[in-house]
Amino acid sequence: MPDVGSKCRVCKQPAIIDLPRHNANFCAEHFLELCRRQVVKAIDQFDMLTKDDRILVAVSGGKDSLAVWDMLLELGYHADGLYIGLGIGDYSDISGDYARAFAAARGLKLIEIKLRDEYGYDIPTAARATRRVPCSACGLSKRHLFDKAALDGGYTVLVTGHNLDDEAAVLLGNTLRWEIGYLARQLPVLPARDGLPKKVKPLVRLTERETAAWCVVRGIDYLVDECPMAAGNRHLGHKETLNAIEAQSPGSKAAFYLNFLERMAPLLAAHAEQERDALQTCNQCGAPSGGELCAFCRLVVTSSQHEPVPVELIMRGGRNRR
Amino acid sequence: MRVLLRNPSREIEIAGRRRVHALLTELGLNRESHLIIRNGTLVPGDGLLEADDVIEIRPVISGGS
Repeated sequence: MPDVGSKCRVCKQPAIIDLPRHNANFCAEHFLELCRRQVVKAIDQFDMLTKDDRILVAVSGGKDSLAVWDMLLELGYHADGLYIGLGIGDYSDISGDYARAFAAARGLKLIEIKLRDEYGYDIPTAARATRRVPCSACGLSKRHLFDKAALDGGYTVLVTGHNLDDEAAVLLGNTLRWEIGYLARQLPVLPARDGLPKKVKPLVRLTERETAAWCVVRGIDYLVDECPMAAGNRHLGHKETLNAIEAQSPGSKAAFYLNFLERMAPLLAAHAEQERDALQTCNQCGAPSGGELCAFCRLVVTSSQHEPVPVELIMRGGRNRR
Repeated sequence: MRVLLRNPSREIEIAGRRRVHALLTELGLNRESHLIIRNGTLVPGDGLLEADDVIEIRPVISGGS
């Protein structure tokens, strides 16, 4: 079996990665160049960032958040990191170690918030106390604390590591249920408004295979293991469905999401505006809210009064999840 | 070859040489959701894995939203 090996589309040197959606293979140097180009294109196309922005990157210790932080620094942006200790057992301890190691090795500022220390609860306990799906309690907590940390710290933009697969999977889920409100808000840039910072997703043109490959090529250590509470969730199911389609028809994920942004999102803009105008202000924390008390403050009240619940009791598939 | 798999972490032995895409197919894994790493370096889909290689098949899908 002769090893002819694929060649880089640009320089014809041996390739390290095949990207079927581009119908091409790339060496390390030109793969990184492709990733940079896609991120710059997203930033420019959606007016995400300027070099004068004070940027806060939400960092989990996983591939996407570390990759986006690395890319922004490489592109000449100034960015601090924000890590939230979610209290998901060993998983959180290890993820924090990766985030800290990345920041320390590069002399970067990493802000840390521990849910248990500062709000009196953790995600397993919140899932049990509120009877929410763990990923729902986690997402609600993170979104609120990201916003608050960005505003409190005087940052002009909050960056998250959502990639093309994340966005396409959410889009699929929202489309399957025709969640018009969620569809109207599913944009790569959400502008700042009272109580909310500007939020941007520079990785929306890169798949998670590409962000993971970026980390491997750049020598970035990240937490590979999956969150024990996310295993088997609906979001992962949607990703697997889309990847099965992608295997048959490369480029489908990008077309699904990027064409939504170009052709469908503008038709939903008026709906998004109406929803924003209908929001009140939370009596307790001042954040935008659908009622007198926002969902996060309600979660804190309920969860902080509950006895701590170990993650093993909440892990998906466990008999004692609820 | 020795193959490290993740979630959960485990090792398996595969006899003989394989192209990367053939190995992934054999193991029922989608190329779009995995990377193959040998000695810290990525191996493309048509890369040849030798019988004495030690490789990692790294899943790239994460579940948060």
